[in-house]
Amino acid sequence: MYALNYQRAKSLDEAVKLLGAEPEAKLMAGGQTLIPTLKARLAQPSHLIDLARVAELKGIEVKDGVLIIGAMSKHYEVMTSAVVQKAIPGLANMASLIGDLQVRNMGTMGGSIANNDPAADYPAGVLAHNVTIVTNKREIKADDYFQGMFATALEEGEIIIKLLWPLPKKSAYSKFEHPASGYAMAGTCIAQLADGSVRVGVTGAGSSGAFRWTEAEEALAKSFSLKALEGLKVDPETCLGDLHAPPEYRAHLVGVMAKRALEKML
Amino acid sequence: MSKIEMTVNGKTVAGEAEDRTLLVNFLRDNLGLTGTHVGCDTSQCGCCTIHLNGDAIKSCTMLAIQAEGADIVTIEGMAKGEKLHPVQQAFTECHGLQCGFCTPGMIMTSAAILKQTPNPTEHDIVKGLHGNLCRCTGYVNIVKSVKRAAEIINSGA
Repeated sequence: MYALNYQRAKSLDEAVKLLGAEPEAKLMAGGQTLIPTLKARLAQPSHLIDLARVAELKGIEVKDGVLIIGAMSKHYEVMTSAVVQKAIPGLANMASLIGDLQVRNMGTMGGSIANNDPAADYPAGVLAHNVTIVTNKREIKADDYFQGMFATALEEGEIIIKLLWPLPKKSAYSKFEHPASGYAMAGTCIAQLADGSVRVGVTGAGSSGAFRWTEAEEALAKSFSLKALEGLKVDPETCLGDLHAPPEYRAHLVGVMAKRALEKML
Repeated sequence: MSKIEMTVNGKTVAGEAEDRTLLVNFLRDNLGLTGTHVGCDTSQCGCCTIHLNGDAIKSCTMLAIQAEGADIVTIEGMAKGEKLHPVQQAFTECHGLQCGFCTPGMIMTSAAILKQTPNPTEHDIVKGLHGNLCRCTGYVNIVKSVKRAAEIINSGA
């Protein structure tokens, strides 16, 4: 790791100030992607601003039909929170599938969403549930937030404070994980929202990161059944291919994961 | 260099370290607690697992300075004098190790699994140990050891 200066922010205001003070400063949430990246010398921030003790970024509650999750909520907190388990059980289940036990004790929802790894789990959930991302500057709708692999709508000096998850009628997630890394080779999240509309978020498979599978959404809106998904296929041209899985296989997996997620909801 | 203070195995300790120093290196080099191992450079092997405020975490994926003021338990803090921790006892009884390099991490993670799930199924154990690699591939006896540890703990021994 290159030398760096560590700074512990005690409040959101202080974090914003520290971030603005140094052009090469970087925020750190749980650090479960950032620290391995630094160890590999793939990044060289001059300053690391640790958000772990910023109280404004914590807390999980339901208010007016919305599950509000502080950006610094750890995966372990999300998976075990009685509030999340009751409000959106599919989300608690999704959190339980992230990384490994040790990573879940450190990694955070805000960190995962800010990093936008193309194989991370939460982006599929955020898209499917039509989540609103609240930052220190504005509110960003899920559909405007993800901008391709590791790219988001976040601007310089912008910090995610919390995520607003509108309570769905029901939702579920299923992923085909890489047996060694645990990352999604394909993961599909289906949510039937309060207004009856259906959204389908897909991670791990898209060559531009997480995406909405609109064909499946339209089919499920007409008939919320396994039959509706028969014959539907994601275009392999839009899928990732690497040594773990060619695009055709990932495209196929998206459909299989959609059926498995749907089975949990029927 | 910063002065870093924390509680390790019940004692308040302090040391000087660069901001970029990983917690595992602080434990090993500054405090001489070499039971916590470094098995990879990529946060994958789990040999460095310790308990931070009660939670199992990889000490190679955290800066020492992040742990300022934290309560840490390492493998050296598990036994009570001559009496082994139930998980250590079980690994001994079931021969849950071959070369032993991954064992400290396996024990720390196993103890965390048993805290969350006192009666784990084989599936719970395998899933729980997902972040710990044994390059000798001695997983069968490791899983057996965790089951045995659950028995010891649940019998109140």
